Amino acid sequence: MPVIAYREALNQAMTEEMERDDRVFLMGEEVAEYDGAYKVSQGMLAKFGPRRVIDTPISESGFAGIGIGAAMVGLRPIVEFMTFSFSLVAIDQIVNNAANMRYMSGGQFTIPIVFRGSSGMAGALAATHSHRLEAWYAQIPGLTVVLPSTPADAKGLLKSAIRSDDPVVFIENEVLYADKGEVPEGEHLVPIGKADIKRAGSDVTLITYSRSLHATLAAAERLAADEGIEAEVVDLRTIRPLDLETILASVVKTHRAVIVEEDWPYCGIGAGVSDRIYRSVFDELDAPIARVAAKDAPIPYSRALESTMLPSADRVIAAVKEVLYRG
Amino acid sequence: MSQTASAEVKPVVARNQALSWLRQMMLIRRFEERSAMLYQNQKIGGFCHLYSGQEAVAVGSIGVLGEDDYVITAYRDHGHALARGMDPKAAMAELLGKATGCSKGKGGSMHFFDVEKGFLGGHAIVGSHVPLAAGIAFAGKYRNEQRACICYFGDGALNQGCVHEAFNMAALWKLPVIYVIENNLIAMGTQLTRSSAVLDLTIRGGVAYGMPGFSIDGNDVELVARTTREALQRAYAGEGPTFIEMKTYRFRGHSMSDPAKYRTKEELEDAKAQDPIHRFERLLKQRGWLDDATFERFEEEVKHQVEEAIEFAEQSPLPEPAAVYEDVSVASYLPQE
Repeated sequence: MPVIAYREALNQAMTEEMERDDRVFLMGEEVAEYDGAYKVSQGMLAKFGPRRVIDTPISESGFAGIGIGAAMVGLRPIVEFMTFSFSLVAIDQIVNNAANMRYMSGGQFTIPIVFRGSSGMAGALAATHSHRLEAWYAQIPGLTVVLPSTPADAKGLLKSAIRSDDPVVFIENEVLYADKGEVPEGEHLVPIGKADIKRAGSDVTLITYSRSLHATLAAAERLAADEGIEAEVVDLRTIRPLDLETILASVVKTHRAVIVEEDWPYCGIGAGVSDRIYRSVFDELDAPIARVAAKDAPIPYSRALESTMLPSADRVIAAVKEVLYRG
Repeated sequence: MSQTASAEVKPVVARNQALSWLRQMMLIRRFEERSAMLYQNQKIGGFCHLYSGQEAVAVGSIGVLGEDDYVITAYRDHGHALARGMDPKAAMAELLGKATGCSKGKGGSMHFFDVEKGFLGGHAIVGSHVPLAAGIAFAGKYRNEQRACICYFGDGALNQGCVHEAFNMAALWKLPVIYVIENNLIAMGTQLTRSSAVLDLTIRGGVAYGMPGFSIDGNDVELVARTTREALQRAYAGEGPTFIEMKTYRFRGHSMSDPAKYRTKEELEDAKAQDPIHRFERLLKQRGWLDDATFERFEEEVKHQVEEAIEFAEQSPLPEPAAVYEDVSVASYLPQE
C-alpha cells in the first residue's frame, strides 16, 4: 500500500471526488494559483482549471455563504478555510444557513457542502490562530463534525464527507499535514459516525481524536512497556454524531476511561463524552473519568508556554495512573 | 452615479398580465392585514413583519422573472412568496405553526420556503442571505444555464459586512444576480440618515463594486418591472449583477410588536396617499384596462381566497411531537442527548 502524507491523502480525496462528480468544486483563499496555503490543493488548478478550483478574496463569511447558496441548488462545494480560526467570521453562515436550512425549510432544501481546513495549536501562532472549534460546531444539530487523525482516515473520511448530503465540518490539523501513513489507492471510504479502535487493550479506555491520538498512542506504548498496562485507544474520528456504541463497549470492557483532547476543558468534547458515559454505564466504572485537555487559558505565543497546553504522553500517563489508583 | 430608468409611458406588459399584478398586490395586502388581526388574536406567534405598502416591489420584479429564475429574500417575506406563486393556504398554515405550512411549521413568518416555485427563503439574519444569492447565481453560471437569482433586502442590510463581501464577489465573477434593496427608509427604528454615511445607496451598493446601480420609485409597479427586466437581460447575457434601489414605504411597524413611534402620523398619511395599489388602480383605469366592477370583483376574490387560506390553516393539524427530530439531516438523524 502506498505511503503518503496526510495532505496528499486529502488531495487525493478531493481529486478523485471531483473526477467522478462535476458538481464538486473547491473554493477558498489561495487554493488555486498559490496551490494551497498548506499545499493541500497542490496541482488541482492545473488539473481542473479555474471553473472548479476557485480563489476567493479574503471574505470568509461571503464565500462560505456562496458555497451554501450553490449547495441549495444542487452543487456540492468544498469550502476551504485557511484555518478554522478564520471560520469564526463565517460562523453565522455555517450555523444559521448551512445547519438550519433543511430543518427550517421543512426538508425542502439540503446543503451538501464540506467546510474544511486546518486547526489546532500549530506552533507559536498565539491565540487568534490556534483555535480548536470542534466543540462549537459539534453542538449544532444539522452539522456533521469530522476530525481525521491519520492519512488513511483523512482520505476515506473526506471522500465520505464530499458524498454526504448534509453539511460537514471537516477539521484537519496543521501539525498532521506532513505525517505519513499507508493509504489505500482509489475507492477508499471511511464511514462517518464510526470510531476506530487504534490500539486494543483491556485495562483502560483512552478516548481521543485528531492530533491528540498520537500523544495518546505514545502514552499507551510506554504504559505497556513500563507498567504492563494495556490501554485501548478509541479514535472518535467523527464527533457529531458520536459513536457511543464503540465507546461504551470499550468502557464496559476496561471499566476505566480517560478522555484526551487538544481543546479547552470546559463545555468541550470531553465534557460531553463524559456525560454520555456516566449516564449510560455509571455502574461499570471503577473510577471517575479522567480528562486531559488544554489548559483553560488563551493559547500563548511562546513555545515554552504553548507546549504546556498540549496533551503530552506524560500527561496522559499521569491520568491513566489516576484512574487505576496507581500513585 | 445614480441612474434612473427611462420613463417610458407605454405599458410593460399586456392587459391581462397587468390586471393579474394588481390582483396579486391586493392579495398580498389582504393577506397581511388579516395576518395582523390573527397576530393580535395570538394565533400567529413570534415576530411577524408585514409587507403592506411595499407590494409593487415584489409583484413588479418577480412578475418579469422566468420560471427557472430564483427568488430569495429577508424576513419580511410573505409578499415575495405570494408574488412567486406560493399557495396562500401553505403560507397561512405556516404562520399558524401547522404541519401543512410551507415549512411544515418549522420556519414561521420569517422562514417561508417553496422549492417548487424557486422560492429560496425567507432569511432572518439581516444580510445573511445576500451571499446565498451570489452562490445560487454562481451555480447557474457553473452549469452554464440561463438562470438568474433576484435577492431582496432592506436598507438596514447594507450595513452588514457579508453583504459587501457578496457584492464584491458577484461583481468580480459576473454572477447573474439582481440585488434589490427595498429602501423603506427605516431599519427597524433607525432612519437611514442615522445609519448610512452616504445617502445615495447606489454608491454603496452599485458604484463601489462596478455594478450598474439604479434608484427608482419602488411604488411604481411598471417601473419596477421595466428596471428589473433590464437587469435580467444583463444577467442572462453574462454581464453580471445589477443593484437596484427601490424606494418604498412600509405602512406598518417593523414587526407586529413595533408601535412605530419614530414617525409622525402625517408622514404615514403622506405615504398612504401614494399607496402603490391605488396608484396602479388609477393608472389602469386611465388606460381603460380596468373598470370599477372588475376592481370590486378582485376585492371579493382576494378576500375569499384569504379567508379560505385561514380556514385551511385553522383546520390543519399541528405538527406531531416526533416532527421535532424530522428534517434535521438527510442521513438518519441521531440526537446527541
